Amino acid sequence: MPDPLPPDSVGLVAPQTHHFTEPLKLSSGGVLPEYDLVYETYGTLNPGRSNAILVCHALSSNHHVAGYHSPDDRKPGWWENFVGPGKTIDTRRFFVVCCNNLGGCFGSTGPASINPATGKPYGPDFPIVTVRDWVESQARLSDVLGIERWAAVVGGSLGGMQVLQWAIDYSARLAHAVVIAAAPKLTAQNIAFNEVARQAIRSDPDFHEGRYYEYGTEPRRGLRIARMLGHITYLSDDIMAEKFGRDLRAGRINFDYNVEFQVESYLRYQADSFVGKFDANTYLLMTKALDYFDPAERTGGDLARALAPARADFLVVSFTSDWRFAPARSREIVKALHDNDLNVSYAEIRAAQGHDAFLMRIPQYLEVFGAYMNRVAEALP
Amino acid sequence: MTRLAERPDLSIIAEWIAPRTRVLDLGCGDGELLQHLARRKQVSGYGIEIDDEHIPECIRAGVNVIQMDLDAGLSEFDDDSFDYVVLSLTLQAMRYPRRLLEEMLRVGRQGIVTFPNFGHWSARVQLALRGRMPVTRALPSTWYDTPNIHLCTLKDFESLCREMGIHVLEKRAVDHRHKSGLGLRLLPNLLGEIALYRFRRG
Repeated sequence: MPDPLPPDSVGLVAPQTHHFTEPLKLSSGGVLPEYDLVYETYGTLNPGRSNAILVCHALSSNHHVAGYHSPDDRKPGWWENFVGPGKTIDTRRFFVVCCNNLGGCFGSTGPASINPATGKPYGPDFPIVTVRDWVESQARLSDVLGIERWAAVVGGSLGGMQVLQWAIDYSARLAHAVVIAAAPKLTAQNIAFNEVARQAIRSDPDFHEGRYYEYGTEPRRGLRIARMLGHITYLSDDIMAEKFGRDLRAGRINFDYNVEFQVESYLRYQADSFVGKFDANTYLLMTKALDYFDPAERTGGDLARALAPARADFLVVSFTSDWRFAPARSREIVKALHDNDLNVSYAEIRAAQGHDAFLMRIPQYLEVFGAYMNRVAEALP
Repeated sequence: MTRLAERPDLSIIAEWIAPRTRVLDLGCGDGELLQHLARRKQVSGYGIEIDDEHIPECIRAGVNVIQMDLDAGLSEFDDDSFDYVVLSLTLQAMRYPRRLLEEMLRVGRQGIVTFPNFGHWSARVQLALRGRMPVTRALPSTWYDTPNIHLCTLKDFESLCREMGIHVLEKRAVDHRHKSGLGLRLLPNLLGEIALYRFRRG
């Protein structure tokens, strides 16, 4: 934690956990008889309980959106750039909530949690959860927090997909929906990347069919490769060229298989810092949730019909260099929204950073997102 | 709404649009037309704009804005999905004006177009007597630095309408004060600086 603390940081924060005892019926047909959700909140819920913002997190992140868990923390929460006093999601005006999704590995019940039926970690027996299941569990958390209606539900990437699902499943429970760098469903190419990541994990000899906890090990090699692959898809060709080019670490080619190019060093660093912090079974689950997401599945592929129940006002944002969820994918969402006569604004932000741009302080992005959140604040009852 | 006074072509368009209708505003700028229509006439709709700086302005104004390039067409909008499609002072900057007019009438039941009249006497004088490309109040850019690549006169536009089977419902030519007195009604192609048309499929 920086000293002194910047005035626009929420500072020290502590997660909370709620234990849910009402069974959760899942899309897969499975049931979670009981589960925990870990979450963080920033800001103050107003007396009318009308100023709450739900942030939905992406594939590998968690409930720790902003601030620091201890003075020794080197890094703040994953969306520190956007959440804090005076920031885009202004914690002086809003009460911000984010929970670690079910199946996660940061405190919410997931594959590494103990299965009450066996007394052992769930491992591969943890049921596959979908975006719909997450939204259902988040709605239950809303009940616990006494939030009948969110001022906005906000998310990037897989988080944006949760926002869409919220708008469909609980249309009366959100006033605004902010969908950033998302897609209405994955393409075959997206699924293919996920499958390579899963195969990397599942073919690691330390995977033990997902029961690696019982062997006191984990599929580190597989998870590393999965993470490297992920990072390639989060960046654009241009930003990789700009950041690393063909720069050599030692300044010359060594004709061996050690790290030579800077980009190799970057990928290995990203992989190393992921392993030990993230559970491989959770990675498998999250990629499956992505693959299965397709709200139009129930309406014969018609996204506009799928979004017919939605009542929220929308902001949709994409980034020009995002090839994982390209602007054209966001425009599919926008079309389905205006086909339903819903209020929607759409911004296509010029950015070289690729999919990861949704985490970064890009002036036009800040301007657009900030203008919209200001509108949300001004419309508060 | 003081700002609409600075763009009286917009106030004429606003007069033409019936209350409680659906409008698509192509090249909506900072959203002032749609904001005005929403407040005064309960009109709903969307603005399309490509310019980065206008997007947050529209959002602040509470206007639905969709950032996209009009030259890419309106394929994301279904047939007959709007009562009016408006194109104000933008036609002359389009790469494919004819195609865009077709698209406007596919998507909307009526179209409203305004453009700077290249047949205005001052443009004619500059070209005829000085032999130079006109630079006028309505067309302030030099030939090498202008977004206006498809300039036309009222007569040109009307001839295109006939060719495309477009039925003009209303027409107005105004001067720089956006007044349309007797002279403008008699000699619109000579005295009009801005031309305004409301039309539908023939």
